[in-house]
Amino acid sequence: MTGPAVPFSRDDALTVAASRCLRNGQVCFVGIGLPSTAANLARRTHAPDLVLVYESGTLGSKPTRLPLSIGDGELADTADSVISVPEVFNYWLQPGRVDVGFLGGAQVDRFANINSTVIGDYAAPKVRLPGAGGAPEIAASCREVVIMLRQTPRAFVERVDFVSSVGFGAGAGDRERLGLRGAGPQTVVTDHCIMRPDPETCELMLTALQPGVSLDDAVAAAGWALRVADHVEALTPPDGDELAALRALQATVAAPSGHAA
Amino acid sequence: MTTVTTLAEAVAELVSDGDTIALEGFTHLIPVAAGHEIIRQHRRELTVVRMTPDIVYDQLIGAGCVAKMIFSWGGNPGVGSLHRFRDAVEHGWPRPLEIEEHSHAGMANRYAAGASGLPFAVLRGYRGTDLVAHTATIATVTCPFTGEELTAVPAINPDVSVIHAQQADRAGNVMMWGITGVQKEAVLAAHRALVTVEEIVDELRPRPGGVVLPSWALSHVAHVPGGAHPSYAQGYSTRDNAYYTAWDEISKDRDRFCEWIDTHVHAASAAGVGE
Repeated sequence: MTGPAVPFSRDDALTVAASRCLRNGQVCFVGIGLPSTAANLARRTHAPDLVLVYESGTLGSKPTRLPLSIGDGELADTADSVISVPEVFNYWLQPGRVDVGFLGGAQVDRFANINSTVIGDYAAPKVRLPGAGGAPEIAASCREVVIMLRQTPRAFVERVDFVSSVGFGAGAGDRERLGLRGAGPQTVVTDHCIMRPDPETCELMLTALQPGVSLDDAVAAAGWALRVADHVEALTPPDGDELAALRALQATVAAPSGHAA
Repeated sequence: MTTVTTLAEAVAELVSDGDTIALEGFTHLIPVAAGHEIIRQHRRELTVVRMTPDIVYDQLIGAGCVAKMIFSWGGNPGVGSLHRFRDAVEHGWPRPLEIEEHSHAGMANRYAAGASGLPFAVLRGYRGTDLVAHTATIATVTCPFTGEELTAVPAINPDVSVIHAQQADRAGNVMMWGITGVQKEAVLAAHRALVTVEEIVDELRPRPGGVVLPSWALSHVAHVPGGAHPSYAQGYSTRDNAYYTAWDEISKDRDRFCEWIDTHVHAASAAGVGE
C-alpha cells in the first residue's frame, strides 16, 4: 500500500478483491461484466502475464479497452490466437487446460451452485434470465472457479431455484460422483466478504471481511445462516495503485468503440 | 453452386414457414439484415436456433415469427435481458414460445455433429445441472472403450443457416475473419445456407485466421453492406454499442416495440440496409 487512503466504493472493493484471486501466469476463462473487469485489472496490476480466454474464441487477449461484450473486436485484435467456438470448449476448456474459471450469476447457494437461468419455476418463471451460456462446463472443467457477485439475501440463497452450473451440488462428494474434474468454486468474492468451501462439508463459510463491513452485516446479507470460519481475515483495502488502474480501465468504457444509431 | 442474388430473393427462396433456421454469429458478424427480411416476409412458425440469441432474435420473437427457440444464452450482451424473449416466456406474448435450452459447449457440439453428418455428439457436460431434467435433448452415453459415462446431444441440422461475412468473390466463394464463432459448423450442418456479405471482390486474398467457405458449400450469397449492424464486421465497421443500449428501452414496451418494427423493419426495404 502506498500513499494516503483513496475513497472507494463497495463495487471497487469487490473488483479489487476478485482481481487479487488471480495469480500471474495463470490461464483464466473470463465471463463478461464484473469478472472481465477484475481479470483485466489483475493484468494491469500484479498479474501482467495472466492469460485471458474469452468464450468467443480469443486466446490470450490483451485488451487496452474494457470490452462491453465477449466478442468485441478488441479481444480478437489483441489475442495470441482466434479460434472457433467449438474449439474453445472442446480443445481448451474440456481437457482441463484452464486454471481459473471466473463466473458471476443471479443466485449462488450455500454449496456454491450458480443459477443464471430462471427465478421461480422453470415452466412458468417469475424472471426469465439469459441462461447458462458457457458456465456449466466452465464450472465443471476449470481447475478451480472464482465466483464474484454483489451480496444480498436474494442473491445468496439456501438453495438456488435452478442449478445452471454446479458448485458442490448437495455437498461433499457430489463433484466426484458427477465426474466433474475441476476443484469447483474455491473462492466466492462479494462486496461484503469472501467465502470459501469448508474442506469437510463443502458448505460456504465466511473467511474474510471486506473493509468497513461488520461481521453481522455480512452474515445478514446471506439468505441462509452463513457459517463463519474460526479465523476471519480482514481484507486489505484497495490501494492507490489498484484504484488508479481500475479508474483508468473504467474510463476506457466511457469511450466505446461503436457509433450511435 | 451458389447463386449470387438479392437478400429479398434469397430469403423468399430459402426460408419457408415452419422451417428450422439458424442465424449464427458470436457478437461479431451477426446477420441482422437477413433477420429483418424474414420479419418483412412474414415468415411464421419458425424454430430458431442460436447459441447467443440477441436483439435480432428478440425482434423475430416479438414480431411473432417464432414458435420455438433452441439456445444456450439469450441476452443483450453487455446490457441485460431480452425483453421480447422474456415477455414471450413469462406471458406468452405475442404467442407462447417453446424453448429447448442447452449450454454453449452442448450447442457447439450439436452444430459440429450436424456438420460432420453424425447423429449426435459426445462431451463432458451438463452433469449435475437442472438442464438435464428440463431438456429432452440431453442424454447419457457410455464410452464403449472405457465404460465412462458421458453426455450425448443430438446433431443440429437446420433447414437454413444464415451468416454474415466480410467478402465474397463473383463466383460466390466467401471469406470471413476475426471472431468467426460457430458459423462454419452452422453452415455445414444446414440443408441450405445463405451468406450476406459486406463486399463482393474480384479475388479473395488470404488473411490470417481467415475462414473460406467455397461456393459449392453454399446456396445463396447476397451483397448486403452493413448487414450485421448493430453488430460489426471487422475491417468494415465497429460495434454500435449505443444501439444495443437503446434497444433495452425500445423493447421493454410492447407498443413501442411494434412501432419500432413497423418503422425500422416493415417500412424499410432490404436495399436500404446499411445506409
